[in-house]
Amino acid sequence: MSAPFTVALAQTKPYLGDVAKNLAQHEEAIARARAAGARLVVFPELSLTGYHLKDDVPSVAQRMDGPVVARLAELSRGLTVVASLVEEAPDFRFFNSAVWFEDGAVRFVHRKVYLPTYGMFDESRYFARGGRVRAVDTGLGRAAVLICEDLWHASTIYLAALDGALLVVCPSSSPLRGVSEHAEQDDNARFWELINRAYAQTYGLFIVYVNRVGFEDGVGFWGGSEVVDPLGGTLVKAPYYEPALVTCEIDLAAARRKRIAAPLLRDEDLDLTLRELGRIRQRGHE
Amino acid sequence: MKRAAEDARVREDAAPTGAITAPAVPLNAALVHRLLPAFIADEVGKTGATRVVLGLSGGVDSSLAAALAVEALGAGNVLGVKMPYRTSSAESLHHADLVAERFGFATMTVDISPQIEAYFAGFPDASPSRRGNKMARERMTILYDHSARTGALVLGTSNKTELLLGYGTLYGDMASAVNPLGDLYKVQVWDLSEAIGVPVEVVTKPPTADLWVGQTDESELGFAYPEVDRLLYAMIDLRYRRDELLAAGFAPDFVDAVARMVQRSQFKRRLPVIAKLSRRTIDRDFRYARDWGL
Repeated sequence: MSAPFTVALAQTKPYLGDVAKNLAQHEEAIARARAAGARLVVFPELSLTGYHLKDDVPSVAQRMDGPVVARLAELSRGLTVVASLVEEAPDFRFFNSAVWFEDGAVRFVHRKVYLPTYGMFDESRYFARGGRVRAVDTGLGRAAVLICEDLWHASTIYLAALDGALLVVCPSSSPLRGVSEHAEQDDNARFWELINRAYAQTYGLFIVYVNRVGFEDGVGFWGGSEVVDPLGGTLVKAPYYEPALVTCEIDLAAARRKRIAAPLLRDEDLDLTLRELGRIRQRGHE
Repeated sequence: MKRAAEDARVREDAAPTGAITAPAVPLNAALVHRLLPAFIADEVGKTGATRVVLGLSGGVDSSLAAALAVEALGAGNVLGVKMPYRTSSAESLHHADLVAERFGFATMTVDISPQIEAYFAGFPDASPSRRGNKMARERMTILYDHSARTGALVLGTSNKTELLLGYGTLYGDMASAVNPLGDLYKVQVWDLSEAIGVPVEVVTKPPTADLWVGQTDESELGFAYPEVDRLLYAMIDLRYRRDELLAAGFAPDFVDAVARMVQRSQFKRRLPVIAKLSRRTIDRDFRYARDWGL
């Protein structure tokens, strides 16, 4: 297990479709995070492009062997950076991807699995769907990346937790939606704040949730990035609606203590789950 | 004629519609008050503009839009244009001045009577609605001219109720670059206006397009805003089906009339229909955000 480390949440306001400006924004935020002693810097979903890309997706896409990815890798020397972009695969599929850069190199890529395509969302019109949820051994401990809507599917964090993740990093572009009378924030913000705590406590892990801010075509993004610890405590909370760079310290020993007190993951019966899933899957085809 | 704000107040206290069990239209005034100036600042600022211009009628919608723009951009960056016609009520102009004074932004006046009179001299039999639509479009051209003159974006003032019912003039008062009120029902406009200090006489008077003497929205529409807003909120936002709306106490004729208005005015909320010929047709398979590259 790694020593305690500082994480920086870069709650940015990306420029829609302008990779060069957004790359400059990444450079600036990484420099500030580095100065603050951070070993991990996390950016929001599609931090390099903005969210409502639509037909612009192919124009802003980056190949993993291209210069923008190389530049981000360069910027990650001496620390870890999770940045998000449109990934162009060699077979010309486009993925909504988050890239884990570690000390000058790409460590792994997570391609968003659950592309919301309902209501105000249209992602699967433009993006190909990722096919993996994995935890990976990194310099900071075993970690998984899940992008925004991925985490609304309890199955993804369940898989990440069973795969050994102590740290779940969630880049997000969560829009304001459903302002109601008696809650301080909109429905989306309240739901995220609920599930981040529920998942962190249920599985005894840290959630690093980084959301963006700003408006695109009238759609506002609420920010409110946060780190939640395995006890459900909030280690840091960025402001709502404003760009910010906030930091806190993560000590994975807290996951150990939580899992000793409540060994829920240890007691998970995978065989039972697989058996029942097999049965449910079968029933689905009946 | 019921007074609008009285209706709004009764709606909260005792629900005048009695048998209606659908939820009241909610408003988180504090949060919306925080979001809308941020929206204006962001959406105007990213175009490179620093200023807005809007038609100031003395009614509650343009008053609220102006107040929000002042918060977003500063009073010096908001220009209210009063565009009276000779039959416009003196009270409307007075209210526009009250609002400008309260929020500290500049106004100017362009009397549209000469051009309207000149035009209708050639069409003396034109109906009040033709005249009203012409006036709304005349005002639009003036706003866009002053937009060009001052480098300001045109700020829209159409609320969600009007937009859904089609109670507005296409390419007239519905035309704008940025509209902070388009997702607020009229009752929410009232409540927010009251909360942020729009002069009370502006908030409590019966809404009118003031296109002819004695016109009021509610007499022309045939129903009161608190009732139609509650119906629209259930129908549109909460997606109640027709049978659920009836079970919630709305009269079938009312439900059907409003549903028809929403459907028949769909064209006002879209670009003109384009014949598809190529592989990429605008707004069909040529899709970009309005903020593309901003």
